Amino acid sequence: MDTPSTTAPPVPPIQRQPRESVVVRFAGDSGDGMQITGSEFTAETALAGNDLATFPDYPAEIRAPAGTTFGVSAFQIHFGSREVMTAGDELDALVAMNPAALKTNLKDLRHGGVLVCDVSTFNTRNLTKAGYTVSPLDDGSLSDYRVLRLDVTKLNAEAVKPFELSAKEAVRCRNMWTLGLMLWMFGRERNAAIEWLERKFAKKPEIAKANVATLNAGHAFGETAELTSVVPYSVAPAKVGPGIYRTVTGTEALSWGIVAGAQAAGLARVVMASYPITPSSPVLHTLAGLKQFGVVTFQAEDEIAAMCAAIGASFGGALGVTSSSGPGIALKTEAIGLAAMTELPVVILNNQRGGPSTGLPTKTEQSDFYQAVYGRNGDTPLPVIATATPSDCFEVGVEAVRLATKYMTPVMLLTDGYLANASEPWRIPDTNALPRFPVTFHTDPTGFQPYLRDPDTLARVWPIPGTPGLEHRIGGIEKDYDTGHISYEPENHQRMTDTRAAKIDGIANDIPLQTVALGEDHGPLVVVGWGSTYGPIHQAVRQLLAEGQRVSQIHIRYLKPFPRNLGDLLKRFDRVLVPEMNNGQLVTALRAEYLVPAKKLAKVTGKPFKISELVSAFRARLEEQS
Amino acid sequence: MTATMPTPLKPSDFESDQEVRWCPGCGDYAILKAVQRTLADVGARTENTVFVSGIGCSSRFPYYVSTYGFHTIHGRAPAVATGLKLANPELDVWLVTGDGDGLSIGGNHLLHVLRRNVDLTIMLFNNEIYGLTKGQYSPTSRVGTRSPSTPMGSLDLPVTPSLFALGAGARFVARSVDTQQAHLVGVLKRAHAHRGASFVEIFQNCVVYNDGVFDEFTDRSVAADRQLLAEHGKPLVFGKDRDRGLRLKPGTLDLEVVTIGAAGVSEGDILVHDETNRTLANLLGSLHPPEFPQVLGVLYCSPAASYEQVVFDQMNAAAGKGPQDLASLMRTGRTWTVAG
Repeated sequence: MDTPSTTAPPVPPIQRQPRESVVVRFAGDSGDGMQITGSEFTAETALAGNDLATFPDYPAEIRAPAGTTFGVSAFQIHFGSREVMTAGDELDALVAMNPAALKTNLKDLRHGGVLVCDVSTFNTRNLTKAGYTVSPLDDGSLSDYRVLRLDVTKLNAEAVKPFELSAKEAVRCRNMWTLGLMLWMFGRERNAAIEWLERKFAKKPEIAKANVATLNAGHAFGETAELTSVVPYSVAPAKVGPGIYRTVTGTEALSWGIVAGAQAAGLARVVMASYPITPSSPVLHTLAGLKQFGVVTFQAEDEIAAMCAAIGASFGGALGVTSSSGPGIALKTEAIGLAAMTELPVVILNNQRGGPSTGLPTKTEQSDFYQAVYGRNGDTPLPVIATATPSDCFEVGVEAVRLATKYMTPVMLLTDGYLANASEPWRIPDTNALPRFPVTFHTDPTGFQPYLRDPDTLARVWPIPGTPGLEHRIGGIEKDYDTGHISYEPENHQRMTDTRAAKIDGIANDIPLQTVALGEDHGPLVVVGWGSTYGPIHQAVRQLLAEGQRVSQIHIRYLKPFPRNLGDLLKRFDRVLVPEMNNGQLVTALRAEYLVPAKKLAKVTGKPFKISELVSAFRARLEEQS
Repeated sequence: MTATMPTPLKPSDFESDQEVRWCPGCGDYAILKAVQRTLADVGARTENTVFVSGIGCSSRFPYYVSTYGFHTIHGRAPAVATGLKLANPELDVWLVTGDGDGLSIGGNHLLHVLRRNVDLTIMLFNNEIYGLTKGQYSPTSRVGTRSPSTPMGSLDLPVTPSLFALGAGARFVARSVDTQQAHLVGVLKRAHAHRGASFVEIFQNCVVYNDGVFDEFTDRSVAADRQLLAEHGKPLVFGKDRDRGLRLKPGTLDLEVVTIGAAGVSEGDILVHDETNRTLANLLGSLHPPEFPQVLGVLYCSPAASYEQVVFDQMNAAAGKGPQDLASLMRTGRTWTVAG
């Protein structure tokens, strides 16, 4: 193996400018490998000890026509020496692999930020496709930025030349040259990326070598080219607690949380039934690879069948799980009612995306709150919980299984497209310290009827087929409270409806009290959020607190039922502001439940809140008279 | 240690304590009886047997059998049953559906449960009408059926359940009639013995909304001449005098009815039933009175591995591979240690 570094003349040490945190975005055509570039940059950044948050943003089209603005795929990473909770508002550096990527992403680059452009792609054809009449590289429009005009295509071609790749194969290595340059810019190692390339192309060693060579070439270019327009940065490691860390996406954490939950419940089998839908399918893909954990995955013929198969599996004594996104959840709704009526444990994952209807499949939103909490025929309460960060998905996954099995109920777990794809460093939990909540299948025929209830939780028993003496029939028709037979009696329906509601309401006694995430537990303003808005709200509140403002953050995991102290807590504040990536949903629930004058702060652009926009909104609310 | 054989159960042991609430004279009573007889004859155990149904008159069935039962929602029983088999493939699961439940609102699920070959005994009660919603025409109703929703007669062509099942890739397709107990029990036993999805269409008379709809081949006065009871390896003959039969119309892929002894037709010219022949099953399933007899019995039977069998083959193949516990699973990929 070549080791040029041992023979090269010593390079004078580079003066790096220390930064507390940096935001970088890689943007290019959907075929340019931007997601891979971003995730490899992320790996090196995590290994360097920074805290980080990532946000992949890819188009709905699989292979949109090359060079078009709607075919741009981007990957953003925010990393720092302090706690990082969002993917960042403004970019410090933008890599634009073609004019379309520049066109769609430049507005997010801060003034004075670094812009890397592959000039070879700025030809008339691509400029026209991106909607430019004059090249922005030539018309002075980029004068506010520190622009690196590089012929990446050519530099890459030179680097991979010894490996005699086809023209097409050579061009595909281009992203690794860019990665090498950016790793240099932030003083990162290359070992993990090289190992990854060697593993990925183990069967095509020439391709692996070419990619490594161009990665090294990009890095060497940074070291030697005396890029006067760019100051390289250093970002010190973040201070975090001891332990073994990894980066984790919401999808991974959630899938593992389901497996951990099933183990905590002592259930040998999980049946995960799902129908492909963006952005939820990755959970199905992840669980399909975990058969050795007793996970059976079933790609059903439609959303309804997926929910029904999960119900059938739970009837049979497995943990039934289904996953989808808003439109798919809509299709499952009748069956969710059946699970509530038959009181069977099913975990329903809703990976929210922009709606209504097909809406914005690859963009994030949290507009299924109403659907989750209210969206069924009849009085059909069920617990609803939400995840706040990618790593939080693990704990919430376990909790969904606990609630489902302990209370014999379908549970709706709300996450969203942002959390599913975003990643952050995660201290791997000690599996021995995870909660245990073993389930007991009912076996005693004495006095048995299928709706025998636990007097404390009101959960019905879980008798499974195959058990002698417990043969029984359940179904969607109302059942008699005492015998479990079909009943149309008016008083019985009242009693059963009341019981189903009391069972779910009673969960409030079995969940943690609501805490204040940041700030005092009383004061002029509390900001109440749920789901993936946790990060931006937290940072915005922290910023205002640092300025000496009185503002607090409450972040709700349990959306149905609410923690039992939530109302009292809210009433200790003069103003309640509820930022949501919807048109105002939790806010109406809080107003209805607690008669508090909560106000909404709604955003439905398909993108997460920016910290800056939250800071301004919170400040404005503080300054209002009432 | 001596294994004690469980006490054999009688048909009455499969009766539940619930009062049966179908209309007096409904064909469902006869089917219930035949199923209870079948369960006793095949040595079924109540604790290992599950009846799963959708919505409709037929789907009340689980309440009347002393086994486990799940009365689900309209059309979705195949999906619920599939999930149940994936949770516990040892269970003996029966599916009860009707022409509306199984072929209209649940047509998609029926298609896929047959295609996947989930090990279920599927009974489709075909009465060519919606009973529980008070008499609207169904997807098996013949063109021109007058009903509350089609006062001038229905317009759409009906589906033939057996052909639907064959088209979906079913490996076992059979037909019988509610009131022909001996034949029905025989067919149900075959269906039950078949591993994989077995599909049985049962012609069932609705006395209230569609009385006598199958009389043209079920009425005692015509049954012998209008029914052909197909048996594997035997000539496809029918008629009071067993002198008529089916043969391939020379030079075509059509069947024709011929009379043995007439026009030079001998017994040797009659087609012999081969239930493993899907093409023949399709031909037999498409025959209708009065030009042809209604073919009953096992039209097609060609076993293949059931869905849950191959699912659990994969599960077994995966066991022992990859990380074996959660702790090592979560440590796959890149990790780094922060010292305390």
